[in-house]
Parts: sequence; C-alpha cells; structure tokens
Amino acid sequence: MRARLASQRLRAAQSGGPDPLLRLLRLARPLRGRLLLAVLAGAAATACGVALLAVSGFMLARASQHPNIIAISAAVVAVRALSVGRGTFRYGERLASHDVAFRVLADVRVSIYRRLERLAPAGLRAFRSGDLLARLVSDVDATQDLFIRAVVPPLTAILVGAGAVVVCLLLLAPAAGVLAAGLVVAGVTVPLLAAARARMAARRTAPARGELAADLTGLVAGAADLHAFGAQDAALASVARHDRSLTLLARWSASGEGLGAGLIAAATGLTMWGVLLLGVAAVGAGTLTRVPLAVLALTAMASFEAVSALPSAATQLGQARASAARVGAVLDAPDPVTEPAVPRPLPGGPLRVTLRAARVRYDRDGPLALDGVDLDLVAGRRVALVGPSGAGKSTVAAVLLRFCDLAGGTATLGGCDLRSYPADDVRTVIGGCTQDPHIFDASIRENLLLARPGASDGELAEAAAQARLLPWVESLPQGWDTSVGTRGGAVSGGERQRLALARALLAGPDLLILDEPTAHLDPETRATLTTDLLDATRGRATLLITHELRGLDQVDEIVVLDQGRVVGRGTHDGLLRECSLYRQMWDAEQALTAA
Amino acid sequence: MKPVDRRLFQHARAARGFLLVTVALGLVTTGMVLAQAELLARLLANAARGTGLAAFSTALVALLAVVAVRAAAAYGGEVAALRAAATVKSQLRRGLAAQLQRLGPAWLARQQPGEITTVATRGLDGLDPYFARYLPQLVLACLVPAAVLATVATADWISAVIIAATLPLIPIFAVLVGMHTRARTQRQWRLLARLSGHFLDVVEGLPTLKVFGRAKRQADVIKEVTEGYRSATMATLRVAFLSALVLELAAAVSTALVAVEVGLRLLAGHLGYQTALVVLLLTPEAYLPLRAVGMHFHASMEGAAAAGRACDIIETVPASARVAAAGTGKPPPAVDLRYDDINLDAVSLAYPGRNQPALAEVTMTIRPGDQIAVTGPSGAGKSSLLALLLRFSEPTGGRITAGGNDLACIDIENWRRQVAWVPQRPYLFAATVADNIALGQPEADRRDVARAAELAGADAFIQALPEGYDTPLGEHALRLSAGQRQRIALARAFLRDAPLLLLDEPTAHLDALVARQILAVIETLMAGRTVILVTHRHAWHGGADRMYTLDHGHLLPTASGESARRRVAVLP
Repeated sequence: MRARLASQRLRAAQSGGPDPLLRLLRLARPLRGRLLLAVLAGAAATACGVALLAVSGFMLARASQHPNIIAISAAVVAVRALSVGRGTFRYGERLASHDVAFRVLADVRVSIYRRLERLAPAGLRAFRSGDLLARLVSDVDATQDLFIRAVVPPLTAILVGAGAVVVCLLLLAPAAGVLAAGLVVAGVTVPLLAAARARMAARRTAPARGELAADLTGLVAGAADLHAFGAQDAALASVARHDRSLTLLARWSASGEGLGAGLIAAATGLTMWGVLLLGVAAVGAGTLTRVPLAVLALTAMASFEAVSALPSAATQLGQARASAARVGAVLDAPDPVTEPAVPRPLPGGPLRVTLRAARVRYDRDGPLALDGVDLDLVAGRRVALVGPSGAGKSTVAAVLLRFCDLAGGTATLGGCDLRSYPADDVRTVIGGCTQDPHIFDASIRENLLLARPGASDGELAEAAAQARLLPWVESLPQGWDTSVGTRGGAVSGGERQRLALARALLAGPDLLILDEPTAHLDPETRATLTTDLLDATRGRATLLITHELRGLDQVDEIVVLDQGRVVGRGTHDGLLRECSLYRQMWDAEQALTAA
Repeated sequence: MKPVDRRLFQHARAARGFLLVTVALGLVTTGMVLAQAELLARLLANAARGTGLAAFSTALVALLAVVAVRAAAAYGGEVAALRAAATVKSQLRRGLAAQLQRLGPAWLARQQPGEITTVATRGLDGLDPYFARYLPQLVLACLVPAAVLATVATADWISAVIIAATLPLIPIFAVLVGMHTRARTQRQWRLLARLSGHFLDVVEGLPTLKVFGRAKRQADVIKEVTEGYRSATMATLRVAFLSALVLELAAAVSTALVAVEVGLRLLAGHLGYQTALVVLLLTPEAYLPLRAVGMHFHASMEGAAAAGRACDIIETVPASARVAAAGTGKPPPAVDLRYDDINLDAVSLAYPGRNQPALAEVTMTIRPGDQIAVTGPSGAGKSSLLALLLRFSEPTGGRITAGGNDLACIDIENWRRQVAWVPQRPYLFAATVADNIALGQPEADRRDVARAAELAGADAFIQALPEGYDTPLGEHALRLSAGQRQRIALARAFLRDAPLLLLDEPTAHLDALVARQILAVIETLMAGRTVILVTHRHAWHGGADRMYTLDHGHLLPTASGESARRRVAVLP
C-alpha cells in the first residue's frame, strides 16, 4: 500500500515539472570550473589520439615524396609528443572527473539529508520499508556515476568532433559535411535510439522480471512452507513458466540492442568510405594532393573514438533520470509540520502538556489516525497509553514530538500552542524512545553520548545502571567501546532496548515518552525490562506506550485507545471494572502468561 | 578471479555453442580488420592526379563490402551474445531453482537470506556484459594481435619486432600495477561500503537523531565524512589509474615508435608508401582489443562472480542424497499416522560447522492422538525437532521409526501428506489468497478453501478484501496483519486435514488479544489429531497430555506435565 503510494508519487514526478536530471545537475553548479577541467582534459586526450594518427599519416605521406629529413622532423616530434600526451591527459581527465563526482556526491548527500531531516519520520511514511530507504540512498550515491559516465563523455565528444570537422573543412569541405553527418548519427541518433530501446525493453520485461523475482523469493524464503505442504513442484513449474517468458522477451529485445552496435559500425565505416570517395575523387580532379588526403582520411577515421562511449552514456543517463526522479520525489514531498513564523521561547515553570480533541490524519483523504483525544501530562506524573495494534498510540507520540501536525483540536505546552515553538526546541522538553529506536553502527559510548554530548562517564554509568545495562557493559571485554554493529545487530534484542532506554534517560527530557520499549522481546526479557523501566521512571513525567498491561497498577493514569478514540481512562483497578476492552486485554494476557 | 570459469560451460550448455559463434565472428572480424587496412592503404597510396574514381572502383566496392561485413558482424555478434546470455541465465536459474528444491529448507536456513535470490535475479543479469563485451573481446585479443603481427611481419619485419616486443608489456604491466594496487583498492572498496553504510545509518536513524536534537548537526558530519572519503579515494585512484595510464602509454608510444620508424625508412626509400600505411593502420589495431579486454574485465566480473556462486550451489551435494544412496531396492513401506506410532530412539542432530549438536540423544514415543508440548529457551533445539519430523533434516545419530519402519525408507511425499505445519511466521506467496490457502491442495475447490478459511476465522476479513479470495498478496503481503497471516496459515492446515499437526510457536509474535483468538482456533484444529507443539507461552502446558523441556539439545520430561496426566484446559 505504502509502496504503491510512493511509486505513484514517483510517476507524478516523472511526468511533470522540470527535468529531474537538470535539478540534480544544478546542484553541481558551484563545481563548474572543475567539471570544465575534466572535460578539457578528456577532450585533449581524445584529440591527441586523433592527431596521433592524422600526423602520422601526414608524416608518411610527406616522407613518401622523399624530401629532406627536415620536412618531417616536426611531425616526428609531434607524433612522439602526442603519444605521451594522450595517456597523460587521459590520466588527468580520470582524476579530475572522479574528483568532481565525489565533490558533487558530498553536496547532493548534504542537500538530500537536509530535506530528509525536515521530513522524517512522518513525511517519510512512504519509505517506511527499509528497502525503499536503502534504494533512495543508493540513488543518491548513483549521482557520482552520472558525472563520470554520462556528463563528461558527451561534452568531450562535442569538442573533439567539432575540432575534427573543422580540420576536414579546411582540407575538403564536402568531406567535412560527410564526417559531421556520420558523427551526428553515431554520437546522437544511435545513442538516443539505444536509450529509447533500453527504456522500452525495461518496460516490457519489468512485469516478467517482477513475477520471476517473486517466484524465486518465494522458493527461497518460503522453502519450508513449500516442502511441508508438498508444493515444491508447483513452485518450480511457476519459476520455469515465468523464466521462459522472460527469456523469450530478452531474446526478442537482443536484436534491438544489436542494432545499435551494427549502426555504429556502419556509420563509422560508411563515413570513412564517403570521405575516402570524395578525397580520391578530389585528388583525381586535382583539387587535393596526396598529403592532405592522408590527413583527411585518417582524421575522419580516428575521430569516431570520440563518440564510442556515447551509447552507454545515453543508457546511463536514462537510468540516472529514474534515480533523479526518485530523489526528486523526496525533495518535493510536503512538509509534515509547519514551523512558526515568529517562534516563541520555551515556557519556564513545571511541565504542562495537553491534548484537547486532537485529530490526526496521515493522508488528506485517509482515515483519522486520532479522533478527539484528550491527554494531560504534568511534572511527576506517569501516564500509560494502551490499546491493540493500530489504535493510534504511536501517533500520540508523533504529535507530542512535533513529527506531525494536528488536523483538528489543540496541543499545548505551558498553555501555548505547541506549533508556536520551534520543533527542535519542543524536543528538548519532550523526548524519549520512538518505536523501534535506531541504534547506530558505533560504540555503546557513542550511542549514549548522542543523547547528551559531553556527558561524564559517571553520568553514562548512572543512566546505564537505571536501565540495568551497566552489569552487561562492564562484563564486555571492550566495555563502553564495544561496537554494536549495523542497526545494533551485534547485540541481543534486550540489550538494544535497554541501550535505547539508557539513552532516553541520559537525555533526561522533562517529559519522557517510551513507545513500546519491550516490543520484539521474548516473554522473560519483557517481564524484567518492564519492571526495570517502571523503577527507572518513578517520579518522572512519563508517557508509557505499551500493549502489555502487567505492572500498570503503578502508573498514575491509564488511557485506553481503540481506533483513534479514547475508550477508557483511569487506574488499573477502575478500568478492569469499567472498560470492557481493557478487561479483555487483561484476561487474554493473564490466560497466556499463567504458568 | 579466473578470466573464464569453465563450470559456466558445464552447467549452461548454451554457453558452449555461443563460444563457437564468438570465435567464428572473431575470425571474420580479424579478417576484415586486415582487409580494411590493406584497401585503405591502397587507395591512399595510389590516388594520383588525373586518375578518376573509375581507376579505384574495385577497391572502393571492396571497401564498402568490408564495411558492410563489419557492421553485420557487430550486429550479429551482439545479438548472438545477448541471446546466448539470456539462455545461459535461464539455464543457470532453472538449474539453481531445481537444486535449491533438492537442498531443501534445512540447507537454506543456514544461508544468507536474500543473497541467493539476489544471485538468481540481479546477479545473473551481470552476465550480459560478460557475454556481449568481455568474451568477444577476449577472443579478439587472442586473434587480432597475432594476425596483425603476421601481416606486419611480411610487410616490414622491423615494425613487427617493435610490436612483438611491446605487446606483452600490456598484460605484464596490467598484472604488475594490478597487484601493486589491489590491496589498496580493496581497502578503498571496504571504505566505500562503510561510507555508504554510514549515510544509510544516519538516514534510517533520523527520527532518533531528531528526538535528541542531533539531526541538523549531522549534515556537517556527512559533508566531512564524504570529503574525507574523497581525499582518501583520490589518493588511491592516483595510483590505481596508473595501470590505465601505463596501458595507454604502451599502446600510444608503440604506435608512435612504429610510425616514426616506418616514416624514416620510407624517407630513405627502404619501404613503399602503401606498405608503410598498412603498418601504420594495423599497429593500433594490435593494442586495441587488449586494452578493451581490460576495460570490460571489471564490468563483467560481477556477473561472472554471480554465475560462479550459482555453480557452487548447483554442485553442492544435498544431504538427503547421501542418505538416500544407502537404502534402495525395496518398495517403500506404507505408513498411516492415524494408527502408527512414531519413535525417536536416541536421535541426534548436528549441523556442520557447529560445536554443539542441536539435538542430543532425544528419545520419545508419539502415539496417535498424543498432544505433546515442548518448551525451552531460544536455540534449545525446538525447531530442529520439528525439522526432523518434517524431514527437512535427517538425524545425524540415532533412528526415527514410524510403524516400525525407518523414516528414511518411507516415501517423503507420502509422509508429508500426513503432516500439517503451522510456523511462527508463515510465508505468504505472491499468489491469490485462495492459492495461498490451497498451497498443499491445489486441486481443492473454492468451497473447501472457504470452509477451511471459515474454521480458521479468516473468512470474514478475506471477504472484505477488494477481490475476496482472488485478492493477490504482495511479495511481503503488506496488507495483512500478523494475526491475519497466522489465520491464513491455520486455514492451510485445516485444508490439509492431516493426522499429525506440528505447531512452531504459532502465537509468539502476536499481542495478547489476538494471540488468544488464534489459540481458540488452534484448539479446534488440534481436536482428533496427533499434535506436537513448540512454544514459549506457558499457558499451553495445561492443554497438553505430555510436556517436555528442551535444554541445549537434551529432552527432559517436565515434572508437572508428567504428574498432570489429566488435561487442564485453561484455553477458552
């Protein structure tokens, strides 16, 4: 569903508005000088190659007239110099273009990041699947290829092609016309055709490719289910069927791709042939002599090196455009929250946060995620927010953390509208653990220091002790400097959650929000962590979001949410009597945990 | 990395035929290169004042023919290569799929998730450049330099000596520079991967960074890290690009050497103009394919590596094949689990590469109608026990018998037809809801499917889906909640209607309210069947006849279960 929304937005970005590629290129504007340097070096390298053959031709033609050695000595020197120049300039071009590419990458990353920073997390709901976010990041990284493979070669080709045509123009005007035409066919027409064909082929094969990929994923990821139910042969037959149709399509589209290679070869050969024809005729007619004929023919022949990289550059551009469109879709996503025009300073005095008749919807025409929720959070008071999955519990946290705006009702901090404060300021007062808190690929210490840079070792130890993380940290050979791996993958789920809890406690916001701190843990770990976090939050203003009711007799108020509405509020004992949903949840939990 | 993987030609027959075509086309192209140089030189050398085009019509027509043949060869070569690549990919993919089926879920469970699918899809697509660019250039790199050398030698032996002396420099330098830069380049790739990982890490962690007021500052960190990466990479590239520089220089300087040498001998009258031109035109052609091979080598290695991995998997010997080879000859005995006991006699299961066995000398008897619960911490071997009964794994010690027959002798299809399985996270396939329910019973009609769904409590939400039972489920079935997915799995089991029911933590990841509803369904599914239930949830113990605890692979009867022979139903 979300994936489909994202792809719709991408299509919208592809169909209208300014070319996404131009937008990306505009980001490179400050680097024009370096880009020009790369293009000039590339042009010089290719020009050296063309000139090497042309001057050699001149030298041989002149030598065949047996003049004094002085007559060809300049050419001899030039041939040697050009041969060295060609390699050297190419080296320079490679370095310059890679340098530009990396510099652009830094700029693109920073500007995309700044945008993502504004959007996350509510504005990135369409990207909630990790795959989509990873693809976005690789789209950004793909911009480096864009400059090396798709921007520098065409510019180089224009310079060298034009130079070669001018040289021929000076020698024999009609031949220059033939060369120009040949270069345009090989450097513009064929690459454009190739790119169009590649797009069409990709469009045609995409459904078959998708079906086959789904089949293969099922075969691997669903292997146990297939074998247990004896459905392996049916699955294999489906792979074979989809494989056959994809292979047929691929074989069909091969002839189109081959056409590109054939056309380039034909354009190169025919141009050479035409130039030769005109040249030989001109010599016959006495308007051209042997020496310029050799230069003309060899220049025309060698100049096609300039356009040889263009078909792949065009295909690359096509792929880059798709990447740029996906990146552009992110840049164009609407801001999930509005910042105040005149920001108000944070209120002093004890914490007072309220929600009144709060309504939230994530999509303009979508259903209400919250529908008339009232909530009071004040200093020293702990409130638990409970309800089945999808009741809107995390949306309350998103509103308080200024991750999303209300569609109706009010949210206040210190008596004033939450929206009148800068969002970053609000989060210095209201903080905690979001659902699935991110653990960074760094050391335990660095992950904790994120919450309060400059915290002393004593403060780290205190927060860790409250989250019951300290004994574990101290038992590790590398202690605080132990790396936790990508997404905290090197440590257990319980330790990850405790690390996130310690981090939230270290930050010490006035209002601590803990969103499902015991999710994804096994029952034993869940029970001990619940006990620990109830101990650690005693006396602190806390909003505890959970679907587990054990231990909630310790909190000051419990609010029961169902489908975005408050269906009960009060104490544990009161709710057991009055709220049927709470009663059902409690009974189910008791039945499941009774030993 | 070897330049050509022989196994590719063993496992994909289409590749062999293509190799012949490529060599043939390579020969044609080589001939055309020589002919073109010869004709060009003749035209350039003999064009003279007063002789019109007529004098050269034969040469011009021949040259046109050469152009046409080269274009046709380029077209044909590319088409043949891409077609061959498509067929080879298909052969490898189907070979791989069939092999994965033979290796079975126990083998797959020990592999990197996603890696195999990537190999089979995007990985093999990397074979296109391998076939279309690399292999043809490799053939040309063998043929053209030799042909050029032979031709030049007949025309001008001094030039031939120069070419022969400089040609080997290209591969030698390529290898030398490559060896020198390999360690640095690999370190650089790792750095690149880490850097890309850093950016993704920061982007994924944005909500957390925002909560702690650290998000804005990260923009500078990203800039800094990318800048640092750029300067480190450029330092490496300055060395890495030297290999390309050396190749370019070797080719260009040799061409210049030959040109000057030929020019001077031409000046002195030791050589004809036409011969000199042929030598000049042919010399760069000798170096071109060698450089092109180097250029395409890296681009095509990704596909070759994927193909290599596919071949590795195809050549893996399935564990069951080793066992099956032992007992053959007699017709497989028939077992009916409605009446036959299953006996585990000191059964052990050890996975290769692990010190501790997953199961150690497990002994138990499962009688028809038994309802057995097995508990224990994660990793104690609970799922391994079910894997044995599902015959995903074979015991590495001891014996499992059913009705007195060794399990290994019983026909696997016949066995599994009598088993239904509900895992913790059932996989839903990219097919319709109905097809997903009828996974084991493709012949079942819609009424049976709907009846099974109704028993599983899934009928109501399926009816509410946009296309009801015909609603396609996506690859990851995003539309359905965890509880709904579990109900689909239960419907599968109801439809299967098998005497032995294996349940693997069927409610571990559900919240209490949903778990309770699912348990109620499971209770009806259990009625009248032999059940083995693996669970974390303690409530189940009351519903079972017998209880065991698994601890580090050892099966221990649980005291309370032993004493509580009477069934205490705490379930609704």
